Amino acid sequence: MDKIIVSFFGVVSILFTYWFFFMKRIDTVRAEGTVNILVDGGYKPDRISIPYGQTTKLVFKRKDSSACLEEVVLADFKVRKYLVLNEKTEIEINPTKKGEFDFSCGMGMFHGKLIVK
Amino acid sequence: MKNMNKQTFAIKGMHCASCVYINEKALKAIPGVTEAVINLTNGKATLSSEAPIEGNKIIDAVKSVGYQAMIENNGTLDEKIKVEKAKELKDLRVKVTVSLFLGSLIVWGSFPGIMEVAPTLFKNYYFQFVLAAIVQFWAGYDLYKAAISSLRHRIANMDTLVVIGTTVAFLYSIFVTFFPKFFMNLKIEAMPYFDVSTVIIGLILLGRYLEAKAKAGTGEAIKKLIGLQAKTARVIRNNKEIDISIDEVVTGDLIRVRPGEKIPVDGVIIEGESAIDESMVTGESMPSSKYKGDTVIGATMNKSGSFVYKATKVGKDTLLAQIIKLVEEAQGSKAPIQRLADIISSYFVPIVIMLAISTFVGWYVFGSNPVFINAMLRSIAVLIIACPCAMGLATPTAIMVGTGIGAQHGILIKDAESLETAHKVNTIIFDKTGTLTNGKPEVTDVLLKSNIKDQISKIQIKNQEGLIQLAASIEKLSEHPLGEAIVKKAEKEKLQLIKVNRFKSLTGKGVEGVVNEKKVYVGRLLKSDSFADGENLKKQGKTVVYVYIEDKLSGLIAIADTIKESAKEAILTLNKMGIETAMITGDNAQTANAIAKQVGIRQENVFAEVMPEDKEKKVRELQSREQRFLFRTVAMVGDGINDAPALAAADVGIAMGSGTDVAIEAAGITLVNKNLMSVVSAIQLSKKTMKTIKLNLFWAFAYNVVLIPVAMIGWISPILASGAMAFSSISVVTNSLLLKKAKI
Repeated sequence: MDKIIVSFFGVVSILFTYWFFFMKRIDTVRAEGTVNILVDGGYKPDRISIPYGQTTKLVFKRKDSSACLEEVVLADFKVRKYLVLNEKTEIEINPTKKGEFDFSCGMGMFHGKLIVK
Repeated sequence: MKNMNKQTFAIKGMHCASCVYINEKALKAIPGVTEAVINLTNGKATLSSEAPIEGNKIIDAVKSVGYQAMIENNGTLDEKIKVEKAKELKDLRVKVTVSLFLGSLIVWGSFPGIMEVAPTLFKNYYFQFVLAAIVQFWAGYDLYKAAISSLRHRIANMDTLVVIGTTVAFLYSIFVTFFPKFFMNLKIEAMPYFDVSTVIIGLILLGRYLEAKAKAGTGEAIKKLIGLQAKTARVIRNNKEIDISIDEVVTGDLIRVRPGEKIPVDGVIIEGESAIDESMVTGESMPSSKYKGDTVIGATMNKSGSFVYKATKVGKDTLLAQIIKLVEEAQGSKAPIQRLADIISSYFVPIVIMLAISTFVGWYVFGSNPVFINAMLRSIAVLIIACPCAMGLATPTAIMVGTGIGAQHGILIKDAESLETAHKVNTIIFDKTGTLTNGKPEVTDVLLKSNIKDQISKIQIKNQEGLIQLAASIEKLSEHPLGEAIVKKAEKEKLQLIKVNRFKSLTGKGVEGVVNEKKVYVGRLLKSDSFADGENLKKQGKTVVYVYIEDKLSGLIAIADTIKESAKEAILTLNKMGIETAMITGDNAQTANAIAKQVGIRQENVFAEVMPEDKEKKVRELQSREQRFLFRTVAMVGDGINDAPALAAADVGIAMGSGTDVAIEAAGITLVNKNLMSVVSAIQLSKKTMKTIKLNLFWAFAYNVVLIPVAMIGWISPILASGAMAFSSISVVTNSLLLKKAKI
């Protein structure tokens, strides 16, 4: 009997894990000019729509002391920047291509997206 | 005195020697400061310490004696990062030491074989609980914080795995400690696993500590480049020489540099000469001689002479600043090979959690007794052994080290993609003029017509020097580049030029004039004459000019663009590496073939008489030529003056020499020096970096692919798993650092 219960809860937990991590709803934030991004266990917002051909200032503020998030990489814009804890770090980008561009932590564990329209 | 750290800042309000003394004393009293020196004349203090001192501590110390330390915004970004990193490492060191010490006490009191000789207190579960709780919530505080804030974003990472794994072990142990009867009724031995939770946290933090230390080494190159910058410059203003900070130097400033001093900014020598060691910027090991009119590069070292130069580029426009920017950008880019690792790591952690749940269920349903404990320990091992960090570190650390050592050798890589593509290059096209050759025509042969001595003339041409002297005297008045080569030759031989009368330039033919009352003509061969040696020289790709005295052919001068010393060796090495070499030029076929023969490029790979605008087409043509059933990966090497489109069209464009901005923009790799062996070094650097990346990725993937199933089967204990996991990410970073030792 206990084996059936454990199996049942096992399956439910796996489904929950799948739902929790892979099926989250992602909101896109529209930004123009300046956008503040909070770095704390991930990026908030992590899906940002920015205008094409205009300079957008991304202001990162890291509140997470974990070394994982100490760097932010915008590979398509060739930026790798150290984010000083509890301070604002500004990164200016001027997208010359439309599309979706990933930004991530230095080790590629945490991700965010810039959508250039 | 290891890792000496220096901080310089101004102190306001000092006016006497005793102020200096008071402030120095106050600064020395700050814990960690080994030395404090104050210069009263400029009001600046320099602190030496083992680790960077936080700005507010300095401000407070100076304030306590009644003065004001001018520390801007707590220092520069670099200093802030340094302070933050130092603090992080110190915190980790303390936490690792404490948790491993407490963990070892618990292990002593609970591990069969050694627990028998342990003091009774260590075997007490309540005592173990207290120790484990300290490790779990104090040492593991940051892990919890990071895991919880990630979970709020519905993201799982490394910390999530460690937190889940150790929390399960810790909570289970608490239950066993406080409600042993419950487990005994279930016929489960009431034994806690505090050793598992503490040692795992200890080892994971140890791994983090070592990783952070090693990772600091990957970005060292750029710090070294920044450190190359001179701090002050001795400028001449109002006829006075004054020392000013490098930030205050403006273009047009006259700067004096003495032997053994660093050249502050880029500029042009206007007085004096010297030998300058430029190796730190160009990678060229031989010092180069510089004279009036030559350019000097900031941050290079003046060896012998003293000179004055005019600043032409300052601040972010200097070559060094450009190099730093380029390296920073390259380190911010991603290699295509990283894409797969990125995709995998974004799904990795949730999948590991699901695997851990499956492991628990599997062992609970099908495993042997005690099923619950077996199932729990095995699923913890799965959570702990999984190492997404190694995958995340594999590529960027190698790119950081690779681009860094490139810069130290004068090889500037624009982005990680270029570095990756360069290792696949199997065909390299060289531009001829200025790339394979020096780009400056030089006199190579001087021949006298045999009957010349019979001439009875006021102008006695006794030897080759005489012919050069005569030709140079006339050519001095022309503005032709070939003429310039003859004049240069005369200057080199220290020949006195003779006065020329009635100079005339004969369009399309040559020049003539009267020297010592005799008519002298220098130019093309006149129709009625022939000169067999001249034809031979032409076949070697040289340009031949003939010298006539009183309408009689007297001799000839052959002029050619000379090949670079490094050209032959570079082509030979590339060919040995299995790379096909080709040459492209706007010059005629004869000259092109002659140069190709000298450097060792095969005749069929010579593309002559190609107009600048067609070079790009040729590159594309070569790219579409198959080689062993695969399309070629083509690199184009040029100076970028008229071949920027070709550089951009090639799979990897390599711009040589200090390069124009256009060339740097178009090229994937820029070589600061003009030594062709740098092309070989660039390819080798790419090959070695890619080898490191591939080994790292293989290790990171194989590790997880092999060890996660091993943990699921139950062949590995959670503690061993945490050791393996810590070792895994450190080994990847260490492997990247080994790249520094590679010979390129």
